Amino acid sequence: MRILRRLVPHPILTVLLTLSWLFLAASWTLNSLLFGLGLGLIIPFVTQPYWPNRPRLRKPLMIAEYLAVVLWDIVIANVIVARIVLFKRNADRQPNWVTVPLDLKSPEAITMLAGTITMTPGTLTADVSSEGHALLVHCLDAPDPEAVRDEIKNSYERRLKEIFE
Amino acid sequence: MQTLAELLITVFLVTAGIFGIVGSFGLIKLNDAMSRLHAPTKATTLGVGGVLLASMLHAIAFESHLSLHELMITLFLFLTAPITAHFIAKVHIHRRESKDSLPESCGDSCWATHDLPDDGDQ
Repeated sequence: MRILRRLVPHPILTVLLTLSWLFLAASWTLNSLLFGLGLGLIIPFVTQPYWPNRPRLRKPLMIAEYLAVVLWDIVIANVIVARIVLFKRNADRQPNWVTVPLDLKSPEAITMLAGTITMTPGTLTADVSSEGHALLVHCLDAPDPEAVRDEIKNSYERRLKEIFE
Repeated sequence: MQTLAELLITVFLVTAGIFGIVGSFGLIKLNDAMSRLHAPTKATTLGVGGVLLASMLHAIAFESHLSLHELMITLFLFLTAPITAHFIAKVHIHRRESKDSLPESCGDSCWATHDLPDDGDQ
């Protein structure tokens, strides 16, 4: 069991890499499956020293719900930001820094949260605090910084906490 | 059926084009560096997303095969776009912001970009 753990340090990553290779090659043959599996085994094994901890997924199915929520929010936020860019004068816009205190502990979850905040238009992760307890988020137009912070915490961080911790 | 598919593809392409151009316009119109960073994130989400959806739909409707390359493009975009934005933001903080111009960092001593070793230039 322990030797298997050493040889395959990140099983999820192995599956993910194999699937990526199959999708990229776009040929569903035994040949590309074997080559993809080879890549999926070698890459996690070689990069093992840089990634010692194995991230735990407590509720992997929640990822689907999370993706749906994020995609829908991206569509809505795109329209809002387009309105700001097109119709709001620069003088009326209130760009603002917002501090988002973190309840998440695992680095993978924090990275996911930071990426999500950046990909939803209108907010942008700029930095993390020196001990990792808060994210610095820049808002394109935030008259009410507390509302932005609460929305991030309620809709994204709560779900990531369920998935990862 | 063909007409319906053509119509849907057109809708996706036009939406993508509109958001792409709004994103580029934002780069010119917005007036400070951090705000300008917001424009490209919009172009990469709905702008590129719309083109990719149209491409997948075209492959299904007219070439009758399922194309999954578009999903991979989306995946790689969502992995890389936040990282570039993050790096540009970090450079901005490093060069233009001081510890006092940013909000408090929730009990931690400072934001990571300002956390220089003692012999640094701060």
